[in-house]
Amino acid sequence: MSAPFKSAGAAPSRREFLKVSVAVGGGLLLGFALQRAQTAEQGQSEVAPFAPDAFIRIDRNGVVTLIMCQVEMGQGIYTAMSMILAEELDVDFSRVVVQAAPPNDKLYTNAALGFQVTGGSTSIRVFWMPMRKAGASARAMLVEAAATLWRVDPDGCRTANGEVIHDASGRKFPYGALVDRAARATPPKNPTLKARKDFRLIGTPARRLDSPDKVNGKAIFGIDAMPTGVRFATLKASPVFGGKVAHVEQAGVRDMPGVRQVVVLDDLVAVVGDHMWAAKKGLDALRITWDDGPNADVSSEQMFDEIRAASSRDGVVAKSSGDLSKAASAKRIEATYHVPFLAHAPMEPMNCTVHVRPDACEIWVGNQVITRTQAVAAKVTGLALDKVIVHNHLIGGGFGRRLEVDGIAKAVRIAQKVDGPVKIVWTREEDIQQAMYRPFYYDRFAATLSDGKITGWNHRIVGSSIMARFAPPAFVNGLDPDAVDGAVTFPYDVPNIHIDYVRQEPPGIPTCFWRGVGPTHNIFVIESFVDELAHSAGKDPVQFRRDQLHGAPRLRACLELAVDKVGWGQPLPARVGRGVAVQSVFGSHVATIAEAEVDRDGEVRVRRVVCAVDCGIVVNPDTVAAQIEGGLIFGLTAALHSQITIAKGRVQQSNFHDYRMMRINEAPSIEVHLIHSEEAPGGIGEPGTAASAPSLANALFAATGVRLRQLPIDRDVLAGRKPA
Amino acid sequence: MVNLLVNGQRHSVEASLDTPLLWVLRDLLGLTGTKFGCGIAQCGACTVHVDGDPVRSCLLPIGSIKDRAITTIEAIGDAPQGAKVQKAWLGLEVVQCGYCQSGQIMAAAALLKNTPRPDDADIDAAMAGNICRCGTYVRIRAAIKQAAESL
Repeated sequence: MSAPFKSAGAAPSRREFLKVSVAVGGGLLLGFALQRAQTAEQGQSEVAPFAPDAFIRIDRNGVVTLIMCQVEMGQGIYTAMSMILAEELDVDFSRVVVQAAPPNDKLYTNAALGFQVTGGSTSIRVFWMPMRKAGASARAMLVEAAATLWRVDPDGCRTANGEVIHDASGRKFPYGALVDRAARATPPKNPTLKARKDFRLIGTPARRLDSPDKVNGKAIFGIDAMPTGVRFATLKASPVFGGKVAHVEQAGVRDMPGVRQVVVLDDLVAVVGDHMWAAKKGLDALRITWDDGPNADVSSEQMFDEIRAASSRDGVVAKSSGDLSKAASAKRIEATYHVPFLAHAPMEPMNCTVHVRPDACEIWVGNQVITRTQAVAAKVTGLALDKVIVHNHLIGGGFGRRLEVDGIAKAVRIAQKVDGPVKIVWTREEDIQQAMYRPFYYDRFAATLSDGKITGWNHRIVGSSIMARFAPPAFVNGLDPDAVDGAVTFPYDVPNIHIDYVRQEPPGIPTCFWRGVGPTHNIFVIESFVDELAHSAGKDPVQFRRDQLHGAPRLRACLELAVDKVGWGQPLPARVGRGVAVQSVFGSHVATIAEAEVDRDGEVRVRRVVCAVDCGIVVNPDTVAAQIEGGLIFGLTAALHSQITIAKGRVQQSNFHDYRMMRINEAPSIEVHLIHSEEAPGGIGEPGTAASAPSLANALFAATGVRLRQLPIDRDVLAGRKPA
Repeated sequence: MVNLLVNGQRHSVEASLDTPLLWVLRDLLGLTGTKFGCGIAQCGACTVHVDGDPVRSCLLPIGSIKDRAITTIEAIGDAPQGAKVQKAWLGLEVVQCGYCQSGQIMAAAALLKNTPRPDDADIDAAMAGNICRCGTYVRIRAAIKQAAESL
């Protein structure tokens, strides 16, 4: 998903800015219900007089409201985006107010992906410069306004903490006093940006703006939306993807206390009640017969056989350099790897509150693709786009699941049958069994070694194409840029490389992005296989990598730092091992060393993880560390515990007892070391997830001599009860 | 009608006796700080205090509560342990998405009430029932220790 493609078309007009300004200022879009935001709004005129662009509003009291086009789902983006804007705008960061942006692909497009979307660790990479320019431009307009009033040269004015200051005369204006005049100023074409040495916010650990309301129960997530008169519903869709409702026996259900309505659609059934429990009891009491349809017999075993067979087909070439047939070959090594389907299981289960009226549709939800949310609701209802009002909310975990609008479509279809607003909440079972899944992948490797170095590298990736469905323009000539992301950026100095991709869609199982996207799969298989090659070459895994990273100095510096911090080479107890993995993905360079212990039963304890990170210029260093910590835990959870399996077309896992999560008692100590850099900012939400499985699997090899080529790790294999 | 004492206030609610407290808090009383995560007491997002003890409200029938005092995240800051835990959570920037943190804070506040100086094993025992999908565990552990020291 980090592969850029065509961005959205024409530049937005000033009229559109103002339209959004009215919408935001008018309080129609209070997705982000921070107390401060509410307080500020009460004291604000309906439209802030100074709205120089789609991101900044300043009212006559000097209240600065920043419009957040990227959604907050824990990654700290509200804080980081505000820091960048406040830095260039020169306002008191602790007093800014943030509000969620309304849907508008023109104003808020993510240039890496071509529409308004939060994902792929792109936010800071894409918006770093636009936010700086927006802040600097608004600042210049305020300076111009003050200079005009004072009849002085703008160059003799400076700004600090929300004031324009004229040192020569000792005069100053707070921004609030300048807004009417600044609104008439012309935005500069090339506003002067601050020099790096003058940053006072960027690079310092800032308090997260969203934290205070998240520790006292006041934060409002989509699931907390409570429009007046709302009823509550829960649903059950065909347990086999593509199946239909055959018959519903409803006797007695509508008379149950608190049950209001049974909604039967062609592929799902929902019950509406006075509260979720009434709805759930009603749903459980229905006797539903399903027509399973064409996917009734799909199984994981069948899909594995199919994907393995597909791996013998030639793929679409993703990268080719040198000539594999001429590679010096003292030794040839082959291996195959396999990773499973994964569900996202965000702690906030899927939910969507909808009010369908004859002339409009209003939606309350937390979603990473708000314009797609609006579009799908318009399509389902037949309403014009501007008749669909979407209130975006804080997200209680996205991880890619909320890049999809399948749930929005279901919710709107149910709400069409309901009089008044209805909150539809997925049970955890429905959330896991009616998800879209990280694809099942199969990888085939062949490599040649000579003089302790890789001379030829042949990697075939086989799996579903998410891009072909999610962003068709990015799926060119049968190549999915996400499926090969992290593979084509192979960092080692290897003269002969061939990487290809075979698309193999699982029957009836919808796939979608999952935190770490393409690299989460690719870095696991690549760094595991590189470890195999090091072992085969009889070399230390760190030395083997170090010797072949001359073309990747930033990554090599990360490796050296991690090696130093972990004490690589220092003795460890029996059955404890260290494993290393390196990666350059999402524009960031990371070296990770995990230390893990395996007992005689094959139980694994991850003791410690050390990460060295060069992600370019850092905006909020504490958040960078937090994202690496959380990303590692997310990836370790999957490596240790997670897989979605299919039998008779049905997902076999259903809740946290059989789709297990890492808990605090299993969590390792984590150290994150940042390397100072002047390079452009890289992404940080996903690198940690990609680093987990390979560093862990390599540590387990060091501890036991058992090579794990499949995830999740198999305790029976580690204990020697089952062959690898 | 069922009578409940929530955060010091008496409420009468219209719901059957088997209704889990979670849905009464969220859907009938509008106290949405307590979260739904799994419905089977596996994740701890719905943790509240009943007479000071941490309880999973998703499986607690309202008919079983009687006159015992219920405390939710909205009022835990009024208790000394709750206030210290919230302060430590902010001080160490524990929170990411924040969805599970109501339950984490309720579990941590109960831990500190019974065990003012918890060691790592105490923290594991008290907190292993609370899942955080964002993976804030390292900071949760540190924040509990910081809150304990400040009490």
